[in-house]
Amino acid sequence: MVRARALLAPVLIALALLAAWELYARVGGVEDLILPAPTEVARALWEDRSLLWDNLRVTAGEVLLGLCVAALAGGALAIALHLSSAVRRAVYPLLVASQTVPIVIVAPLLVVWFGYDLAPKLAIVALICFFPIVVTMLDGLAGVDPELHKLMRTLDASRLRILRLVELPAALPSLFSGARIAVAVGVIGAVLAEQAGSSEGLGHLLLQATPQLETARAYAAVVALSAFAVILFTLLTVVERATLPWAHRARDRGEPS
Amino acid sequence: MRSLGEAPVEEPLRRQGARAVERGVRVQSVTRAFTGRRASVVALEGMSLRAQPHEVVAVVGPSGCGKSTLLELVCGLQRPDAGRVEADPAVLMPQRDLLLPWLPALDNAALPLRARGTARREARELARPHFVRAGLDGFERSLPHELSGGMRQRVAFVRTLLAGKPVLALDEPFGALDALTRERMQDWLAGALEREPRTVVLVTHDVEEAVLLADRVVVMSSRPGRAVASFEVGGRRPRDRTDSEVVELRRAATQALR
Repeated sequence: MVRARALLAPVLIALALLAAWELYARVGGVEDLILPAPTEVARALWEDRSLLWDNLRVTAGEVLLGLCVAALAGGALAIALHLSSAVRRAVYPLLVASQTVPIVIVAPLLVVWFGYDLAPKLAIVALICFFPIVVTMLDGLAGVDPELHKLMRTLDASRLRILRLVELPAALPSLFSGARIAVAVGVIGAVLAEQAGSSEGLGHLLLQATPQLETARAYAAVVALSAFAVILFTLLTVVERATLPWAHRARDRGEPS
Repeated sequence: MRSLGEAPVEEPLRRQGARAVERGVRVQSVTRAFTGRRASVVALEGMSLRAQPHEVVAVVGPSGCGKSTLLELVCGLQRPDAGRVEADPAVLMPQRDLLLPWLPALDNAALPLRARGTARREARELARPHFVRAGLDGFERSLPHELSGGMRQRVAFVRTLLAGKPVLALDEPFGALDALTRERMQDWLAGALEREPRTVVLVTHDVEEAVLLADRVVVMSSRPGRAVASFEVGGRRPRDRTDSEVVELRRAATQALR
């Protein structure tokens, strides 16, 4: 019941915004091609449902695969950075600098290198998801209580055993946080990659719909994308709560985990 | 035997019951200072402490007198700036229980075994008898947040015992517990030490706890910390809080603290 009440405010705000939009689009005399009313978008969602669904499946696959690649590679790099301060000093600045390279510029290059199929999309999604995962995971690994390190040292634990028994489990909630941030940017990455060169996916659909004067369809594609991102974000939260129940207990109680 | 003034020597892992000759703990006129950005703090100066094998020595002192530093020196986590620390291999039981929140209670207790490479299942089997003896039967699979403060502390103590080290360095083990639980845990620890005699350096700010549990009580001065008084406590544990001897010693030690 509490949850339903918590949802009330955002739902009301969203409805109010939609109503204002609808009113403006209808009464304001704006062309449908420029700003379709929400009802138009809803109709496009329904009428183009199979087209949207087919393309959403392509984009969703790219995001999910790219996210997995980023989680594996990012997790591995975070561990390497954590274990060796020399590696950290050498690689961390490069990692930060790499994030300032506009992905919009890189995307067409990757298409040239990897071709028209899945590879460049995976590469772009993984590249864009990589950074938040590495940073949060590294913070999680380094955030272990120094007292716990002392305890493990008096227990004669080797560096790798401390990593396996203490630091890695302690960093798992951070990995989930990183993955949640990565979902949002990963969706953008997939769309950019598709627009740089693709024959399918919601990014491709968006690129096609505008010159075809199917503005409502373009908006519908955006709605589908957002819904996918929200669902994936929520799913990650649900999976984390199920697999790491201790993390939330500790956080709720305000204890360091 | 390890001498911390020199290069550290890797101790072979000890199994309980298979120890070489023990020599306890010997801290000789140790000085330890910490240099901060603005000022340096002398935590210990001319601190000496001796614990015979299987002797329980309680160290009481005002807060900030370098008690935790003393324990870290005993455990080999720090080196003295001057003086000598000679101690059998020691395990630290920190102030907070520091149980791993994702591990069930039995696995937390078995952590020292796993730290030395024992497989999970075997570590559990080896830990179980000690776990049960600590009155934790039935809570093997509970996560730490599901246990009461006293039970968490008992799990932490079983973990400390299972490290298999001859010296236990206990840092205010019951400081975070409520008064009633603390009394019960003190009685329990006294009994546990009767069954599993170890050399113990117990740091506490609770004089009564010191007198109840220790063979000897050492009183430290405020910073820079050093030993200013030492009291022998006679009689077998568990002792009663209301024993006239306990009451008298408590009064004398409290006097020395002032």
